[in-house]
Amino acid sequence: MPGELSAAGKAGASGRCPAQYEDIFQQVVDEARALGVAEVEAIVAGGEHALTRFANNEIHQNVAERTVQLSVRPVIGGRTARASTNRLDRESIRQAVREAVAITLLIAPDPDLPSLAPPATYEPVERWFEATAQVAPRERALAVAEAIGVVQGHGQTAAGIYSTDASFFGVLNTRGVSAWYRETMARFSITAMAPGSSGWAKACACYHGDLDPAQLAATAAEKARAGREPRELPPGRYDVILEPAAALDLTGQMFGDYSATAIRDGRSFLNDRLGRKVFGENIEIYDDAYHPLQSGPPFDGEGAPRQQLRLVTAGVVREIAYSREAAAKAGVAATGHGFPLPNELGEAPANIVMTGGDSSVEEMIASTERGILVTRLWYIREVDPYDKIFTGMTRDGTFLVENGRVVAGLRNFRFNQSLIEMLENVEMMGQPVRASGEESPEMVVPAMKVRGFNFTEVTRF
Amino acid sequence: MKELALNALDAAAQRGISYADVRAVELREREITTKNGRAGHVSSSESMGIGIRVIASGRWGFAATDDLTREGIEAAAALAVEIAGASAETGERDVRLAPEDKHEAVWVSPYRVDPFSIPVDRSLAALLAVDAELRHNPGVKLAEASMQFARTRQVFASTAGSLVDQTRVTSGAGYSALSFKDGEIQRRSYPNSFGGQYQLKGYELVDELRLLENAPRIAEEAVALHSADQCPEGEFDLILDSSQLGLQIHESIGHPIELDRVLGSEANYAGMSFLTLDQLDRLRYGSEIVNVTCDATIEHGPGLGTFAFDDEGVPAQRNDIIRGGRFVGYMTSRETASAVGRKRSNGCMRADGWGRIPLIRMTNVSLEPGAQSLEEVFGAGHAIYMETNRSWSIDDKRYNFQFGCEIAWEMRDGKRIRMLKNPSYSGITTEFWNRCEAIAGREHWTLWGVPNCGKGQPEQVMGTGHGASPARFRGIRVGSAYAG
Repeated sequence: MPGELSAAGKAGASGRCPAQYEDIFQQVVDEARALGVAEVEAIVAGGEHALTRFANNEIHQNVAERTVQLSVRPVIGGRTARASTNRLDRESIRQAVREAVAITLLIAPDPDLPSLAPPATYEPVERWFEATAQVAPRERALAVAEAIGVVQGHGQTAAGIYSTDASFFGVLNTRGVSAWYRETMARFSITAMAPGSSGWAKACACYHGDLDPAQLAATAAEKARAGREPRELPPGRYDVILEPAAALDLTGQMFGDYSATAIRDGRSFLNDRLGRKVFGENIEIYDDAYHPLQSGPPFDGEGAPRQQLRLVTAGVVREIAYSREAAAKAGVAATGHGFPLPNELGEAPANIVMTGGDSSVEEMIASTERGILVTRLWYIREVDPYDKIFTGMTRDGTFLVENGRVVAGLRNFRFNQSLIEMLENVEMMGQPVRASGEESPEMVVPAMKVRGFNFTEVTRF
Repeated sequence: MKELALNALDAAAQRGISYADVRAVELREREITTKNGRAGHVSSSESMGIGIRVIASGRWGFAATDDLTREGIEAAAALAVEIAGASAETGERDVRLAPEDKHEAVWVSPYRVDPFSIPVDRSLAALLAVDAELRHNPGVKLAEASMQFARTRQVFASTAGSLVDQTRVTSGAGYSALSFKDGEIQRRSYPNSFGGQYQLKGYELVDELRLLENAPRIAEEAVALHSADQCPEGEFDLILDSSQLGLQIHESIGHPIELDRVLGSEANYAGMSFLTLDQLDRLRYGSEIVNVTCDATIEHGPGLGTFAFDDEGVPAQRNDIIRGGRFVGYMTSRETASAVGRKRSNGCMRADGWGRIPLIRMTNVSLEPGAQSLEEVFGAGHAIYMETNRSWSIDDKRYNFQFGCEIAWEMRDGKRIRMLKNPSYSGITTEFWNRCEAIAGREHWTLWGVPNCGKGQPEQVMGTGHGASPARFRGIRVGSAYAG
């Protein structure tokens, strides 16, 4: 829409902030100095987000949103607080600075509060595609129409979304940090519904041309067809094959615990497990902001550059994330995973890459005498924070595998499964892919075959 | 604000639309938290923008912006119309809206103390006093406390001539104590988990919650849970406190009665509903003592779902959902009301700020108080009593649910026999509600706020209200979360 964002988009994908935001930051600095405050940080974030939503074989919701937000954080004698606004005129910026300073001065000093982050260099990442930023409503609508046509061709009903986003995130401070990142992101998700069954597929990519909506529609429709007249199996322990989205949405629940602050607070399942073998020997997990299938900025909420972390090696939990404050307390180097300050959570890995294997889902099915193929998991919630037990449901494509073949659709199960136990029981893994679900942030994970997955109840469909 | 809304409406109306409405929204928020004796997150934010919703070419289009210059508003209006045109690439059904009167009103939600008039240091001092009381117990490893305040002013204007200026003030406060010992993490929260209690009130809510006086008990329970027995697995009579019952209502009644879900709008994300249209006026949802209303009026109480007009300009209403155990009503919008033979929306369309479209959302979906005394609910015989939600999950058609709670007690003849840790229960929605055999009276009824209800794509977060008294359910499956 407006020119302001487009101008911002002409800067590099990452690096120094564009001049227009440097100018806004200078206004912030000037206002802060007028109040006698020398140390100040600003975050500018925003973008254009468009989403075309369809159900019952037609587009029913179709939206676009544009926003830019400025937030200001002074540091005054061991105190800090944050004030934010989406009004970027001079008076509104002045008010935001005054509010930030006023509430900061009402807080008691914290001896552990770090000073502002020092300037750093960031390894460049290129995740901006101008063509994706410029996708028009009609282009999304035509792709949706084609996908609906595929599902309708199977005598089924389609629902889903096609979204295209262009966003940016910048951190600036008076010590010289000027960190800037922008990316585009496209997502296509589709549910195909037949009488008594449904199928689902989803993909995301920084370049919308990497998505194939018609192919995703065909996958969802085939799952709905294969799942017709679902059988009911009693709950119990079964071997399962988790497609990448299911593996993502379940394993993705644990990474907030790979945090020095979470461990210090006693709220992490790693409280007393750091350096110990927790998972199977075949489990290798990294955090890598620079992985070609990853997204997100190469710096954290204070502008500290992201480092690669070896979170799990041969089943042993090796490394965790440290914000600058947590690192200072522990006497180690910050890893560049801190959240914008002030916050209580500290830090967390943000770019999970799980090393997989070389088995295809078809090979996992072929190797299974009796098991369950899971497309997607839903409504996953933590049951036990230390044993890392999660509950949730299967959804939109749950199948019985017998003698190496998919033989029937199944009614959906509720599971209560410890992630620790599950990652001790992984028998086969596929090539890692950029997976997209609805329960965890997108990660690079493989499909996996797991022994003895714990289903506790069956629902009515 | 009014001028802004009308200018945006003019910008849309000049572009060949058949209907348009605009919401100009100004939001101010403040959040104050403490953690282990120190200030945690102290922040203040403001946001202002407009959302323009049009029907053009027979279809919906929506564009929102915080560029409030003339050019920004014109661009947003043009984009909304362009989007509506693109929507016409699929389907043949034109959008039709149930009629609604023209309304002109100014409304401000009642509050006694403007929360933004309270200095941050006063709020911090109150939270740090709670924090100190919690950590006075040496078994508490992590004490967290918080307050949240929001003031939202919205001017709604439509081409039907409505102009509604509405301001809502909400407040929330609560805390938790966490204890880690011998490979086990236990937590107790007050007055509810996930931030505490939230209502359509000012700072007076904080004073009403008696935060400090309950802190020693909460700390003691968090630590005591380590030595409590594991909640048994099996079929038991179950008694729920009103906060857990509020969430049970939210998940197993509130979401299934959203008519857009029933009609398939959420099929790809939040899911659909077992309450297909043929169930209306036929399904026995619960036992005869189960009566549920969806009520956005101020008379219902200061809930997060209380307002004067919804985000389509429809006045707040009270509607029966379950009457004498029978399912009698959905939550509707102007577009969906006709699907269930209603001539008018019952006013449940709400949007998350200026940037998102209105969706059918819960207002205050509440279980009416029962006729039983608290003694009768806890009653004679054997039961398990659970308090304060810890986990919640339900399938995408809202049949099968499982809830975990922070703490439970085994009850016999109305007395607490022993504390139980890691309690959970599960079931099928209608089977559960048909086993409701006692509901406590009005004096034990609380209107709880759920501040974090997610729905829609892009996702929207909404506050909803749920009134409930403690209630008893016969023969419920308990302990399934740790089964197997």
